Amino acid sequence: MLSKRIIACLDVRDGSVVKGVSFKGLRNAGDPAELARRYNAEGIDELVILDITATIERRRALAHTVAAVSRELFIPLTVGGGIGSEADAAAAIDAGADKVSVNSAALADPSLLTRLAQVYGSQAVVVAIDAKRAGDRWTVYARSGQSATVRDAVTWAQEAEARGAGEILLTSIDRDGTRAGFDCALTAAVASAVSVPVIASGGAGRFEHFLDVFTTGQADAALAASVFHFSEHAVAELKAFLAQRDIPMRLVHHAHSID
Amino acid sequence: MIALIDYGAGNLNSVRKGFVAAGAELMTPDSPLALDGCSGIVVPGVGHYSSTRMLGDDWREAVARRVAAGVPLLGICLGMQWLFEGSDEDPEALGMGLMSGRCAKLSVERPLKVPHVGWNALDVRRESRVLEGIDTGTQMYFTHSFVAPVTGDCAAASEHGQALAAAVERGHVAGVQFHPEKSGAAGIRILRNFLTMTRH
Repeated sequence: MLSKRIIACLDVRDGSVVKGVSFKGLRNAGDPAELARRYNAEGIDELVILDITATIERRRALAHTVAAVSRELFIPLTVGGGIGSEADAAAAIDAGADKVSVNSAALADPSLLTRLAQVYGSQAVVVAIDAKRAGDRWTVYARSGQSATVRDAVTWAQEAEARGAGEILLTSIDRDGTRAGFDCALTAAVASAVSVPVIASGGAGRFEHFLDVFTTGQADAALAASVFHFSEHAVAELKAFLAQRDIPMRLVHHAHSID
Repeated sequence: MIALIDYGAGNLNSVRKGFVAAGAELMTPDSPLALDGCSGIVVPGVGHYSSTRMLGDDWREAVARRVAAGVPLLGICLGMQWLFEGSDEDPEALGMGLMSGRCAKLSVERPLKVPHVGWNALDVRRESRVLEGIDTGTQMYFTHSFVAPVTGDCAAASEHGQALAAAVERGHVAGVQFHPEKSGAAGIRILRNFLTMTRH
């Protein structure tokens, strides 16, 4: 049976991992390669490195961070932030990314998803959707949550899938950094409308929040940042908690060692 | 010398880094003739079956010749599917036919999804060299939409709405549907097992 995935996100700015509340008020949470190593040892299933200022400042994701992480960790690695063209995606993949996450650039030109899928395959193309509740729907935002678009999160997810996205990284702007729990209604609305996997993001604070998003939210994977950054052994304890509650988990034992 | 065949499908960097961790530097031959001196062949790949068409008759004959000479071959993901006779994903494209059967689209019902993305457990069906030291229940990272059939060549199966061939082995030809280069320490063990096959 396919496991539900626990994904750690490293929001990187100027070479350091930072995490803010609703994309504001960042504070330093450490060296990305160091954190990646710790998560891997704890059994994280996947890593996402987001260059959170890339779109705003038009900088590319940090190639040397990606290269350092991919040299020693053998789990899937997604790079996002400022992926605006095929050339940006190629740079991230050459540096060691297995997947690229595209957000604002896909909103500006949805055909980018198709072109990337043609070159790298859909499995390498993640569409990141930042959504904020508006009545009984969710509006898609661009540029790190700064600009509202006219798009609806569910219909944009369906279009992105049709255009070639192989996974959807869905972030609730309302919940991001609040530790108040994932937006399960948003996640379920998108997950039930597409056939590709949906990664829920934004709002993780307690282990129960993950249980909720895997059950009520129908998520295939859950992503978090600060809940892992500031507490030792959180990944292993979270997975044990979920496994005890019948959520299929990959539990890492130490029968295999690379050295 | 172990050859990593580049046909423009997939992230060779990851496979190369995985093999470095397992203890070998792979080289990428620029022509089929360059396969002649190799002691092992790795065919990686992600994406659409049609990209295997890049491996034309010259490559196919060179690979077949080395395999006939006893050189171990490892196919990864799409590279494993290429070992079979063909795939419904591109019915006109010829597989190598080193394994019996054809690949077909995964057939699942909701809430299961296609592509099959993530960590799934192996069900080890029989002894094999490629899975030496790997037990039933070990999880590997998969990402694919088409699957190879479970036949007598199947060393380990996995389950996603249906049984699928996760690892195959016939003689010194082996294949894995998952990505050992992305499956943590257990995946690196499989790459190391293949290196051991190339030394005998």
